[in-house]
Amino acid sequence: MQSVKADLVVVGAGGAGLRAAIAAAERDPRLSIALVSKVLPMRSHTVAAEGGAAAVTRGDDSLEAHFNDTVSGGDWLCDQDVVEFFVARCYPELVQLEHWGCPWNRKDDGSINTRFFGGMSVQRTWFAADRSGFHILHTLFQTSLKYPQIRRYDEYFCADLIVEDGAVRGVLAIDIASGEFLLIEAVAVVLATGGAGRVYRQNTNAGTVTGDGMGLAFRHGAPLRDMEFMQWHPTCLPGTGILMTEACRGEGAILVNKDGYRYLQDYGLGPVDPWPRVKAMELGPRDRLSQAFWHEHKKGRTIETPQGPAVHLDLRHLGARKIHERLPLISEAAKTFMGVDTVKEPIPVCPAVHYTMGGIYTNVRCETPVAGLYAAGECASVGIHGANRLGSNSLVEIVVFGRVAGESAADYARSARIAGSAEASARASAGNFAALLNNDQGERLATLRDEMRDAMEAGVGIYRTTEGLRATCQKLVQLRERFRRGVKLDDRARAFNTEWLGAIELGFMLEVAEAMAHSALARRESRGAHMRLDGFEARDDENFLKHTLAHRAGDGVPRIEHQPVTITKSRPRARHYGGAGKQAVMT
Amino acid sequence: MRTIVLECLRYDPERDEAPRWQRYEVPFTDDMSVLQGLQYIKDHLDGSLTFRWSCRMAICGSCGAMLNGVPKLGCENFLRDYYPGPLRVEPLNHFPIVRDLAIDQSDFLAKLESVKPYLIGEPPAEGTHKQTPREMAEYYQYSQCINCLLCYAACPQYGLNDKFTGPAALALLHRYNADSRDKGREERMAVVNQEDGVWGCTLVGYCSEVCPKGVDPARAVNQNKIESAKDYFLRFLRR
Repeated sequence: MQSVKADLVVVGAGGAGLRAAIAAAERDPRLSIALVSKVLPMRSHTVAAEGGAAAVTRGDDSLEAHFNDTVSGGDWLCDQDVVEFFVARCYPELVQLEHWGCPWNRKDDGSINTRFFGGMSVQRTWFAADRSGFHILHTLFQTSLKYPQIRRYDEYFCADLIVEDGAVRGVLAIDIASGEFLLIEAVAVVLATGGAGRVYRQNTNAGTVTGDGMGLAFRHGAPLRDMEFMQWHPTCLPGTGILMTEACRGEGAILVNKDGYRYLQDYGLGPVDPWPRVKAMELGPRDRLSQAFWHEHKKGRTIETPQGPAVHLDLRHLGARKIHERLPLISEAAKTFMGVDTVKEPIPVCPAVHYTMGGIYTNVRCETPVAGLYAAGECASVGIHGANRLGSNSLVEIVVFGRVAGESAADYARSARIAGSAEASARASAGNFAALLNNDQGERLATLRDEMRDAMEAGVGIYRTTEGLRATCQKLVQLRERFRRGVKLDDRARAFNTEWLGAIELGFMLEVAEAMAHSALARRESRGAHMRLDGFEARDDENFLKHTLAHRAGDGVPRIEHQPVTITKSRPRARHYGGAGKQAVMT
Repeated sequence: MRTIVLECLRYDPERDEAPRWQRYEVPFTDDMSVLQGLQYIKDHLDGSLTFRWSCRMAICGSCGAMLNGVPKLGCENFLRDYYPGPLRVEPLNHFPIVRDLAIDQSDFLAKLESVKPYLIGEPPAEGTHKQTPREMAEYYQYSQCINCLLCYAACPQYGLNDKFTGPAALALLHRYNADSRDKGREERMAVVNQEDGVWGCTLVGYCSEVCPKGVDPARAVNQNKIESAKDYFLRFLRR
């Protein structure tokens, strides 16, 4: 097996991974950094983020306000010390992106413009039209080219971590083009592999969002935290799940049911007037809006489309000029994928899985419980999203905590020592993956994958019951067993065998899905995005003001524990939206 | 449900001496993209068919291919528009094939790096640069490039001479040169001026036609020809 050495490895080259690599290079220019990604960096799913990134910017805003919006938005399951750390670092990081060339939207005087977002009490979302993630990603990638010490391994699939005696020793990667294994030995590894939305069927996520990093860490003893909290974005195209950004509503779009009625007023988000108003109606948080859709559907007030039930997202009153300037990407997508002209017609939308709020448990320095292993971005649970992430907090999370992870890992790499070779472990692991290629019997990959997705949609959806969760848990046990018995691949070649990689990804997804389902079953209350219908409809702070930790237990089901939440200055109280709030003056 | 025939170019470097065609019959609905057709094949008919894809919404730039000879993104073109077929799906022109529809993208990455696609110069000590919407408009369209490489597959010059820097990389070079925050124009002039820089372009303009994001690389190249000519004469005068 080929092997190389690096001081640290970053797995994933989306926003968090690129920011981590740049931060490590700036921390100590002598460090060698291996940046491993299964796709070219600019293909990473950060590219598809639309709305923008939050930072306290205006005179009428404060760090305290951003903190309060985030903590109440997360239904008090955020670690408040981490949120405090986070909100203070958002602005400098967005300025840094500007210095690197990100084309943020500007006011006429040349200063940065901001827009409203759901659950945010002030205009604080920096945006680059509705291609914010695209511009952040390309800016970071192109800037990373200035650093010769960042050695990229583009289209290398990270199949395993090498961990010995509780400490990271490197990663086992597959060079996709040749199918050959490569051991990259390093004392520090940053996981920045994104979420796991592809364990569900209808979602906004790219095909790459398969929870690889979560699966890697989980297998090597790091717990996954708060995995029951999956975010459904309320406005996506039925069928494909393609995202219609929250910025539509941030700019003033409205949601109506089949009778043209603004139904959100029936779900604790009204009254309608005065409109627009912060943290009310369409500017409410995502969990509440997706839940409202679910109820409207039950009441028979949604619109039937060939791709399933929908409501209407109406932009028409914004006018062609504003739509073209602020929302060009979703207008093109609505036209291409739905045949809808957003200037003239409302867009049919429905909720779809969008963001994995849980992830690999880390502290504020992005350290996991495994020595030398760090995590940042959507794959991590650093503690800022709680039970419901606010839109535009994650695009800034990737740069704030990407940087922290890069710096922490760099400091660790400078002080830690390598003992012996990781090659024997890597060889054993590679043998297991190579064996997948040679199964002569077994099921089709797509069969197992689709059954997993259907089971997750059925049992771990927007609303959950004990019965439904149990059924999904049982199904996942069965699917893991069938997966172990074998997936039979059509493709036995080594070079660019994406079917083989798909099988490895499915292995990660099944374990991550199981962590989600069992975490949800154990949370016998309703909070944020986790809603129960079976006698646990209320929030229960006495028993569940706690994080969930899922620990892997070999081939068995995960072991679930709970962990206290850090509360510093905001005591839990009822979570209010709507009401007679402040009128929003849009710029 | 209607059915369409897809003829895909296959090439496995371990087994095939030369590329070959393979036919697949794909049942489809009117909302199915060409990419979804390929995914149907992979899931149900032949798991060995190899292609790249990711976002499904024309922003990641992964799924470019020649569809009946025209470079397009698979995700935003629909099977219904090629009915009754056959639809020929080939890897992007002018690139070496790694396997089936997956091409080798490394030449583009090297070219992208050569144009120094990042802001050069010191940022303000405090806060952001000022940049008015008008100043932003100077470069904004060129920043929309998703690196999908359709323009390279369309460019006859690149087909003849792969040393040519090519449309996307030159458009991104111009994106930084035209940015009021950038001070790197001098450094990039060396790439612009060389024979395989802007002067390699013969202004066919097909690159701009196939761009799925409305970037106009031909215009970027042409503006830099003017810059390059000015640069030449200024240097002549300074002597």
